[in-house]
Amino acid sequence: MAEVMKIATRESYGNALVALANAGHDEVVVFDADLSASTKTCLFQKAYPKRFFDCGIAEGNMMGVAAGMSTFGYVPFVSSFAMFASGRAWEQVRNSIAYPALNVKIAATHGGLSVGEDGASHQCCEDFALMRAIPGMVVLCPADDVEARACVRAAYEHDGPVYMRFSRLATPVFHDADKYTLTIGKGETLTDGFDIAVISTGLMTSEVLKAALQLKKQGGLNARVINMPCIKPLDEELVVRAAKECKKIITVEEHSVIGGLGEAVCSVLAEKCPTPVRRIGVPDKFGHSGPAWEVLQDFGLTADNIARQIQDFAKAE
Amino acid sequence: MTKKEMLQLKMTATRVRMGVIEATHAAKSGHPGGSLSAADALTYLYFKEMQVDPENPSDPERDRFVLSKGHAAPGLYATLAERGYLPVEDLPTLRHNGSYLEGHPNMNKIPGVDMSTGSLGQGVSAACGMALAARQQEKDINVYTLLGDGEIEEGECWEAFMFACHYKLDNLCILIDVNGLQIDGPTSKVMNSEPLDQKMDAFGFNTIICNGNSFNDLEQAFLLFDRAHGSGKPTCILLHTTKGMGVSFMENDPEWHGKAPNDEQYQQAMQELQAAYDQLGKEYEQWLK
Repeated sequence: MAEVMKIATRESYGNALVALANAGHDEVVVFDADLSASTKTCLFQKAYPKRFFDCGIAEGNMMGVAAGMSTFGYVPFVSSFAMFASGRAWEQVRNSIAYPALNVKIAATHGGLSVGEDGASHQCCEDFALMRAIPGMVVLCPADDVEARACVRAAYEHDGPVYMRFSRLATPVFHDADKYTLTIGKGETLTDGFDIAVISTGLMTSEVLKAALQLKKQGGLNARVINMPCIKPLDEELVVRAAKECKKIITVEEHSVIGGLGEAVCSVLAEKCPTPVRRIGVPDKFGHSGPAWEVLQDFGLTADNIARQIQDFAKAE
Repeated sequence: MTKKEMLQLKMTATRVRMGVIEATHAAKSGHPGGSLSAADALTYLYFKEMQVDPENPSDPERDRFVLSKGHAAPGLYATLAERGYLPVEDLPTLRHNGSYLEGHPNMNKIPGVDMSTGSLGQGVSAACGMALAARQQEKDINVYTLLGDGEIEEGECWEAFMFACHYKLDNLCILIDVNGLQIDGPTSKVMNSEPLDQKMDAFGFNTIICNGNSFNDLEQAFLLFDRAHGSGKPTCILLHTTKGMGVSFMENDPEWHGKAPNDEQYQQAMQELQAAYDQLGKEYEQWLK
């Protein structure tokens, strides 16, 4: 079997910024808070130094500066780690960007537990919750390189604030770049199945795909795998259809079970199609240091555990 | 400045103060103290300093103003009304349900408002972004922002100050309304920020200290801002003002930071302002003769 290509979506982000500028979008400017080597905005800085602004370690000010700059017709992409972009600077995002509905794109890398060794202080598992709660904010979390680059384009084309979460960890590229399109507010059915539906986002989607394949080989359980790059606005139609056709839903995300994709799915189903749901995610506790895959395993966010959970929930009365 | 101009500015500032009292009285809430201290600076900005056109409030070439101390919204709205951006008659709808005159400035609802503000410390960052954008576009646009001396206790202000100096935004003019009072009392007691001039100097600003309630001083200060263009230094004007200026019982009393006058207090405040206005009118007529 050919080696599957693995790319971290933060790398995709840096490349997509350069591609946007290369395509002649002169109004794209990029801000970073002393993390350009990690967020990969350094790629843009190298190609377009006059349109890159380092703000130093001052995320709150960076959000406001970007807001001000957007009022002149620029489309600022603002980058930091998810912890600081969504946490430290939450109120600047809320009041200086979202409230006036300014055209600023917040690109947060190093989301979730897969930050790994840096430990709990840097493992932001609350960003979906924080950003979802802000009126008008679009929340995106791509699953691989192809989707990440599509997210950057979609964010650019969308008029208004967008939050994007990218990962530090290299993950398999499973989308076909020539065929894939991303529409804000739409999810994507990756495998058809009627026994149970599994809805996931970000780097969990490739784990879910592995789990689903494993289950199919083992005993013929056909799980419908739905990839949800857009946490908000959520593709309610796709979720409700999956609930009606599969009767049971599992959500998988590298995020707290509080306020993320799982709760978003539950909210839709509670009102439109009450259906049993099991949420796989980070329980109500902090992460810890360790190699990314070990930490993910500690929290049950790998294919093996996801497969067990799917099997268990499918059998449950 | 000619005597005529001076008298006109003073009369306008007095009408702005009346607007502040009208609006906060009708709203039964709001922030008169810091609106009154800043009324002269706001008047000078909109009637003398800034290149703006009320007929075309979203002209991309206009100078920008960001009210970082967003709670002084009554002062800004009254100034915008005097300048012709909105009807003076709308001022009493301040903070009312359904009115476009939100408690704090909303750029998407109010003509002439360049940035939504209200959460302290944030407006100055946006102003930095505007100044940077103007320079990036090679446009001759000045950006002005007004902060409170309590507001600068927010750490974000100092992030923005560093940014402004690092990026040499000499088209940016930061005004700090040093009225010495904040909600809990004198700023020197609540959280001392002095020596402010030395701090701003050390950050790299073209720092100017002036009486923010004197039009002569304001004229000199803005002249020094104008001269700083090309120096690579942003300007900081420390406006030494009297909180509640123009209404005797509101002056230098922190209680009037965020309290509206009742009917009786409203009558007294308006009588005082009207008397001052009439006096200025007499001087103006005498000057005309």
